[in-house]
Amino acid sequence: MINKLPEAHGKTAFINARLLDPATGLDAKGGVLTDGEFIVEAAQGLFDDSVPEDAAIIDCQGQCLAPGLVDMRIQISGKDFANVGASAVAGGVTTAVCQPNTTPIVDDRAVVEFIARAARKAGLTKIYPYGALTKGLEGQELAEMGLLAESGAVAFTDATQAVSNARTMCQALSYASTFGLMLIQHPEEATLAEGGVMNEGETATRLGLTGIPKEAELIIIERDLRLAKMTGGRLHFAHVSTAESLDLIRAAKDKGISVTCDTAPPYFALNETAVGDYRTFAKLTPPLRSEADREAIIEGLRDGTIDAIASDHTPKSEDMKRLPFADAAYGGLGMETLLAITLELVHNGHLNLLEALGLITQHPAELLGLSAGRLKPGAAADFIVFDPDRGWQVTEQGLHSKAKNTPFDGRPVQGRVLKTVIDGRLVFDLDA
Amino acid sequence: MSDMPFDSSVFPQRHLLGIEGLSPVDISLLLDRADEYVGLNRSVGGKLDTLSGRTVMNLFFEASTRTRTSFELAGKRLGADVINMSVSTSSIKKGETLIDTAMTLNAMHPDVLVVRHASSGAVKLLSEKVNCAVINAGDGRHEHPTQALLDALTIRRRKGHLDGLQVAICGDILHSRVARSNIHLLNIMGARVRLIAPKPLLPAEAERLGVEVFYDMEAGLRDCDIVMMLRLQMERMESNFFPTMREYFHFFGLDYAKLQAAKPDALIMHPGPMNRGVEIASDVADDIGRSAIREQVEMGVAVRMACLEVLSLNLVHEEPSVPEEVQDELEGDEA
Repeated sequence: MINKLPEAHGKTAFINARLLDPATGLDAKGGVLTDGEFIVEAAQGLFDDSVPEDAAIIDCQGQCLAPGLVDMRIQISGKDFANVGASAVAGGVTTAVCQPNTTPIVDDRAVVEFIARAARKAGLTKIYPYGALTKGLEGQELAEMGLLAESGAVAFTDATQAVSNARTMCQALSYASTFGLMLIQHPEEATLAEGGVMNEGETATRLGLTGIPKEAELIIIERDLRLAKMTGGRLHFAHVSTAESLDLIRAAKDKGISVTCDTAPPYFALNETAVGDYRTFAKLTPPLRSEADREAIIEGLRDGTIDAIASDHTPKSEDMKRLPFADAAYGGLGMETLLAITLELVHNGHLNLLEALGLITQHPAELLGLSAGRLKPGAAADFIVFDPDRGWQVTEQGLHSKAKNTPFDGRPVQGRVLKTVIDGRLVFDLDA
Repeated sequence: MSDMPFDSSVFPQRHLLGIEGLSPVDISLLLDRADEYVGLNRSVGGKLDTLSGRTVMNLFFEASTRTRTSFELAGKRLGADVINMSVSTSSIKKGETLIDTAMTLNAMHPDVLVVRHASSGAVKLLSEKVNCAVINAGDGRHEHPTQALLDALTIRRRKGHLDGLQVAICGDILHSRVARSNIHLLNIMGARVRLIAPKPLLPAEAERLGVEVFYDMEAGLRDCDIVMMLRLQMERMESNFFPTMREYFHFFGLDYAKLQAAKPDALIMHPGPMNRGVEIASDVADDIGRSAIREQVEMGVAVRMACLEVLSLNLVHEEPSVPEEVQDELEGDEA
């Protein structure tokens, strides 16, 4: 990684690139000209004839140049924003949205401002926070969503807990819609899932582990779809993981209910057998599901029922993972494998390259109303150069994150970020 | 006082249970009469004997100071005997006991019962069981007709008319009987009504009442002639209608910044009692040039005088007075 500059100065020409912009459908040879923090021009054939004399030149050598990834869900544990940033830029993530379950919890304006400031100071990935939906994430009293939104919270959620009280969720949707704010629900009915540590089914039975039935997810989705219809509130489901979840959301979208959803790479790239021999790196929430569910998630990505892919990046220390399966923490790393695992959908013929990129750039940015995720003149110069075909293996040593708990540990993957540019600064360069 | 002799026989109601169902003529009649009483109330020693010999009973199942006092004063100014009865809500929980109370009071032959009750519809139920006239002084979240009338009189005296005015009613619409009565009255009289509130404080399908609904103060107040603020009825809220007072005031409290959107001569009203710094900033509430809040209280007495008078005059037509000797005999029989 090269030393980062405090600010970008002057013009830089990224020449000889394959430009990919899902927002416009652009897929052509061309270049990008930046001036300071901003994109001046991104176009087919740019620099074919000449390069501005006053610009520094970066030769992309025919590789893909796309908007920086927009990761709509990460968790930040502790206050090591520099490490979060290092992991993010290595994965090509230029904008990330963090869960409100930080310490302290994002239920006060001061915390929103603290996170924005800490991320700016680290100078790497731009981090926006979600606001808490209820005070202290306790599911009781509504948090000050209006004031939090004014301070910069992009949407509201109780992180990895569903709001269990139907009336509270109803009032939250109603109140949030007063200001046009979006609520994000972690769809898991807590009392049904209680004590469960992996998907209920044959694997759990063989391993002797307590299962979490898929109905725990379905109950909350069904309930909240009704509440969204009743209140007109804007609802988003995080990391949907079952086939029937998609049936419900697909039908609700057809009826015009204001609902969207995302999934995370583990749910289309792994199934419950990844738990294998009690691998705690595969202990996630929601749990890895059956193979039929995994295939349905891919279909949901193909047909547009799923609007975006989030990494669900959740660093956990060895102390919290090197435990008996039932006692280990939930969650896995995600930012550094987000591009490569998403590109598996391309290599396996499920999506084309622009469709796959759209799910991790333009779509999440639009869902959250962020001006990111596209190659647009005048926009911040946040983009990546990547090789969609370069093979590599996910290993502990290769990860920039201090925590190493990736569910894809050891997996050979294809597709690698070569350069990451944020606000016109080259903040990651693989081959430097 | 007007030159024309006052004829109350055109008021076609025995009770005043709500604004809904009244005609523009009914409302104008009450407002015209009340307007005449305003002058009288301002003069020293302005006491009449219009209701001399009549008994007005204030029956309040819910705590109230201003409304009860206002009715009491109105009755006394008209020469009626006024009795205040406060009934603690805890002792009256079932419909049956409410009816028992009504029957008991009815046996005492009051002429007008002024009733407030925490349950919507309770005043109507009571009115079905008594022979006297009943005035609804507020039932649950349903109606508070004399409040709407006094608001209308305040507006009419300031603006000269009601029709065509743009009125914004802001705040806790869900729990407000004042809002419902005002919506009906203003619609009947040809004003245009907007409701402004966070969504959880708006009742379902509020648009069906013939109003425009806004969730943003500045958008809703744009070009309004009248800004009616409502009290946040904390005692009626379980929880979670909004996060905190701080946030509520930030987005829905009336301050000068938000008031900018309304017309420069927009009139500010509040039925009281105010939560200063919650739904209305103190400086706005106390702005002598724009706030009609104290005037509303004054109009309240005049409006209630008009209502008491009109209804008790109607009683005469329904029940020709019984000679006193006969009445005594009847009462003796009952005992």
